Amino acid sequence: MLQYFLRRLVLTIPTLLVVSVISFTLIQLPPGDYLTSYMAARAAQGEMMDQAAIDAMTRQYGLDQPMYMQYLRWLGKAVRGDFGQSFLWNRPVSELIWERLGLTVAISLAALLFVWAVAFPVSVYAATHQYSFGDHLFSFFGFIGLGFPDFMVALILLWIGYRYFDTNLGGLFSDAFIEAPWGWPKFLDMLKHLWVPMVVLGMGGTAGLIRTTRANLLDELHKPYVTTARAKGLTETKLLFKYPVRVALKPFFATLGWQLPNLVSGATVIAVVLSLPTTGPLYLQALLTQDMFLAGTIVMMLSALTVIGTLLSDILLVLVDPRIRYGGG
Amino acid sequence: MTEPRTPSVAASPSEPSARAQRESAQTAEDKIFVASQGQLMWWRFRKHKPAIVGGIIVILVYLVALFCEFLAPYDPVKYDQKDTYAPPQRIRIVDQGKVQSPFVYGLTQSRDPVSYRMMFQVDQGKKYPVRFFVRGSAYKMWGLFEGDLHLFGIDDPEGSIHLLGADRMGRDVFSRLVYGARVSMSIGLVGVILSFVLGITIGGFSGYYGGALDTVVQRIIEFIRSVPSIPLWMALSAALPVDWPPTKIYFGITVVLSLIGWTWLARVVRSQFLSIREEDYVMAARLSGTGEVRIIYRHMVPAFMSYIIAQMSLSIPNMILSETSLSFLGLGIRAPAISWGVLLQEAQNLRAVALAPWLLAPGLAVVLIVLAFNFLGDGLRDAADPYSR
Repeated sequence: MLQYFLRRLVLTIPTLLVVSVISFTLIQLPPGDYLTSYMAARAAQGEMMDQAAIDAMTRQYGLDQPMYMQYLRWLGKAVRGDFGQSFLWNRPVSELIWERLGLTVAISLAALLFVWAVAFPVSVYAATHQYSFGDHLFSFFGFIGLGFPDFMVALILLWIGYRYFDTNLGGLFSDAFIEAPWGWPKFLDMLKHLWVPMVVLGMGGTAGLIRTTRANLLDELHKPYVTTARAKGLTETKLLFKYPVRVALKPFFATLGWQLPNLVSGATVIAVVLSLPTTGPLYLQALLTQDMFLAGTIVMMLSALTVIGTLLSDILLVLVDPRIRYGGG
Repeated sequence: MTEPRTPSVAASPSEPSARAQRESAQTAEDKIFVASQGQLMWWRFRKHKPAIVGGIIVILVYLVALFCEFLAPYDPVKYDQKDTYAPPQRIRIVDQGKVQSPFVYGLTQSRDPVSYRMMFQVDQGKKYPVRFFVRGSAYKMWGLFEGDLHLFGIDDPEGSIHLLGADRMGRDVFSRLVYGARVSMSIGLVGVILSFVLGITIGGFSGYYGGALDTVVQRIIEFIRSVPSIPLWMALSAALPVDWPPTKIYFGITVVLSLIGWTWLARVVRSQFLSIREEDYVMAARLSGTGEVRIIYRHMVPAFMSYIIAQMSLSIPNMILSETSLSFLGLGIRAPAISWGVLLQEAQNLRAVALAPWLLAPGLAVVLIVLAFNFLGDGLRDAADPYSR
């Protein structure tokens, strides 16, 4: 078992390397680079830059070197934690991301907890009370959760808040706390705002998870061992939670692999709508302005999260269901 | 498999009718034995009511997308400052207690003395009858046929009919929604077909030949999948040159969407190939000297084709959603072109939405079509394997 974990751990390194190549290629794809768009912006303002200044900037950012040299330089520094300089913000990329990473992860985890907290009781109820009113009600909500794009839900929530309660549900802090240093009051203020992104982000995932878990649990409940246990006089609660629920819970862990990055990247669209101070809007802006080191680092970071999430979910799956065996492990 | 009812043992009916019943049950049973696989599927699909409803909605929306020039009362880019944020008008048939042919009331405008905002009031004095098959703004259907016939509209140039209101520039939201259907609906279809071709070819080769090729393909798929899709789509769409014409952007976005879509299809096809390759009937075909190509297309592909098609219909809504999200962020289809995502960009401004909630209408269209596709896909998936339970 340990051997399997170690092998998986080692395998993530080449995966991440290839991912870094992909990220770097991606950010090189748009024609032109930051300098051309920067100069276009300056020219639009009527400022002309002399050739010497352009050359100096080109050299400074290493834009005159061939592609693979630029990549190696970027990678070499990245390993040491230096992800380069953001052209747009004129600040180190790592600083910019670190600033927002905490909140991004906090929101994603909150959403994940929301998904689990809602999906677990609901799916168990729906499966044990199949075709009851509650079951139909939940599957109706499930379809709504599946059909509404998350940014649509965000827009509607914002609109309801604005129109009927005269509050702005966007953002993560009240105006008074945006610039305030971290402290207890600021934290409490954040909790007050956190529920909107939490619900919006979690909705789609919850709907999907309820569907699979309900179906799984229904399959389990019709197996002979359940009848045997019931015939032997086991109480319904114990019977339910001891075996069928445990087996049906597999999708909870299996989804962790894609839930984690999905929540982070799904947050991109929602964060723009809800104006959350997360990495999402930063990424969008970086892409639009060809701020390539920033964009590349964020792609890299999100991919790393996916790889780690998949690894975690595989490990959890083995722990939860000992019947799963991976190649000789 | 309950389509032909089992012969019910009739307790009371007279002898001839009982026999007729038995005979009809007999023929029904015979029918099921000789029915082709397609018929079995259709019988099974027919019983899935939500899927039928979903299928009808999908067909209707595709028809709307096909004939959008004819169905939209206005030119989608025609703007009119005096109609800015005009509210939706209801089609009425009752005027002062009397039922008559459909009409809309006119709107009168006034400025709010406090906020200087344009206010619209329904003016019961002005009535504009709704006419069908009216001559209106000229268009070129599919870029081929010129015409000016519209399904409905208003003769009087003074009045207007905005079923879903008007937007910031006074453009008719209903017309824009109808035109947007063309891009949004077709991008899902084209994207899925593209990923289908890629997926079935690559997955098929990988699954059938196995070995080193299989390993390489599987690694590539894993790499693509380890990059989260939305950021990847965003990066790829941002890479499309800004100065491309709308048609080129459209195909660019489709390609970008299917670049990731093919991976899971390839996986499904591969795993199906792997399991079917070991089936006895494939072995039998091989033993009787059937060629490789014939084995694949005649014996293996039909075995999982219906399953793949069901899966495809479930992935179209994802494509539509992705296009909407991308365009919404300003990375997908761009402004002069119209898609539902582009229309929703208007709704990004909270103040505008509070003022004109009907700007959210394209979002509801997305919800409707996504749900319809999901129901349809569910039904197709059940029907895909008519021999199960």
